[in-house]
Amino acid sequence: MLRLLSFALFLVTWWIAALFVGGAKLPSPPAVLEVMIVEASSGALFLHLGATLARVTLAFVLAMSVGSAIGYLMGRIKLADRLGDPWLILLLNLPALVVIVLAYIWAGLTEAAAIAAIAINKLPTAIVTLREGTRALDRSLDEMARVFAMPRWRAFRHVVLPQLAPYIAASARSGLSLVWKIVLVAELLGRPNGVGFEIGVAFQLFDTPRLLAYSLTFAAVVLVIETLLVQPFEARATRWRPRAA
Amino acid sequence: MRLEVEITGKTYRSAAGGTHEVLAPVKFALQSGEVGVLIGPSGCGKSTMLRIILGLDHEFQGRIARPPQARIGMVFQEPRLLPWRSVEQNIRLVAPDVTDKKLAELFRILELEQHRSHFPGELSLGLARRVALARAFAVEPDILVLDEPLASLDDALAGRLRDEIATLVASRPVTTLLVTHSLDDAVRLGDRLFFLSPRPARILAEVPIGIPREARGDAAIAAIKAGLARQAQGEQGGERSGRDVS
Repeated sequence: MLRLLSFALFLVTWWIAALFVGGAKLPSPPAVLEVMIVEASSGALFLHLGATLARVTLAFVLAMSVGSAIGYLMGRIKLADRLGDPWLILLLNLPALVVIVLAYIWAGLTEAAAIAAIAINKLPTAIVTLREGTRALDRSLDEMARVFAMPRWRAFRHVVLPQLAPYIAASARSGLSLVWKIVLVAELLGRPNGVGFEIGVAFQLFDTPRLLAYSLTFAAVVLVIETLLVQPFEARATRWRPRAA
Repeated sequence: MRLEVEITGKTYRSAAGGTHEVLAPVKFALQSGEVGVLIGPSGCGKSTMLRIILGLDHEFQGRIARPPQARIGMVFQEPRLLPWRSVEQNIRLVAPDVTDKKLAELFRILELEQHRSHFPGELSLGLARRVALARAFAVEPDILVLDEPLASLDDALAGRLRDEIATLVASRPVTTLLVTHSLDDAVRLGDRLFFLSPRPARILAEVPIGIPREARGDAAIAAIKAGLARQAQGEQGGERSGRDVS
C-alpha cells in the first residue's frame, strides 16, 4: 500500500513538472504512456526488451558462475589469490566503456563481444564478494565435515554453500544492477536492437517521449525481477537466521 | 578396532619466530570396547593431541595407527552443528545410512524427540550438546572421540548425559577417547585414565580401573577418587618442592 502511494506521488510530481517545463523536454505521463502503447502494439517494445533481457541473462549467468568459481578458489588457495589479485585490481578499476569499446574492436560488433564485455564488467565484483565469503568460512565446521568423512560434494552443498549464500545473494543483487546499467551502453555502441539501441535512436532525434517510454518500461521490468526473483532468493538463503526485530 | 598413538613431538613456530614445544613424546594404545580418558590442565595440548589423532593436523613427529576404514564419531567442545539445517538433517547428513529405527531410539535416549525439526539456533547449549552426541553415535563409530562433552552444563544434566554416554558406549563395540578435566567423569566413564602434565604434554601416570563400569557403585567411585587424590597430592608436593629449588 505504502509502495503504491509512493509511486503515485512520483507520478504526480512528474505531471506537475511536465506542466511547468513543457512537452518537448518533459512529456506528461499520458503522452509517454501513449508511445508505450504504440510501441507495444507494433511488437517493437517487446522485441527490444527481449533482446536486452536475453543479453542481461547470459552476461549475468556467465559472470556469476565464473566469478563465483574464481572467487572461491582465490579465497581457498593462497597461490591463486596471489596470482589473481593484480588482475582483479586492474579489472575492478577498468572503466566499463574501455572494456566495451575494446571488445567491439577485437571481436567485431557481435553478440558474443557485447555479452563478454558486459560479463567482464561484472566479473571482478563477483570475485571480490565471493572471495570475502570464502575467507569467512567457519573452519570448525570444515573440520567437523572432515572428521565425519563427509563426501566432498555433500560437504560443499550443506556446509560450504549455505555459508556462501548471503554473499552470493549480495553479489547477485549488486551485480544485477551493474549489468542493467552496462547493457544499455553496450547496446548503444554496437548492437542493432535492444533498449539501449532504441534510446540511442531517440537521443539522436531528441524524441523524449520515446526515450522515456523505453527507459521506464525497462525500469519497471528491473523492479519486477528484483522483487519476484532476487528478494525471495535472499530471504530463502537467510531463513535460518533469527529475524531482526 | 585398535587405536595406537605414538607422538614423538610436536612443535609450532610462533609469529615472533620462536619455536614452541606443544607435545612431549606421548604413547598409548586403546583396544576395542575400551574407554581411555585424557585428563590434564587446560592449555596442556589436549586439543592439539586430539586434532592429530583425528587426522586434522599432519605436522607432527610420530605416527597414529588406526584402521583406514574406521568410522569416527566426534563430539567437539562446542557442538559444531550446521545452523542452517534442522536437528534431524544435521544427523542424517553425516550418517546417511542411519535407519529410522536407530534414529528414533537415539532421539528417545537423548530426549530429543520434540526437537527433530528445530534449527540449532533454537536450542539451548545442553540440547545442542545432546544433538552432537546423537550425531556422533548415529554414524555407528568404530572410534568415538569426546572432547569435554559435559563442560559448562549443570551438574544434574551433566550426570544424566554421562549415564547416557555410558549406555551408548556399552551398546556397541567402540574404542572411546574422552577428554575431560572432571575427575568424576573420568572415574565414572573410563577404563584407563591418562594424566597429562602441563604443556608440553606428556603422560604423568596411566591408571587402569579394574571394576567394570556397570559395577562401579558410588562407594567404589569415591574410593578410586580418594586413591587418585592421594597419588596426585604426593606428585604435586614433589613438583612444588622442585619448583622452590629452582
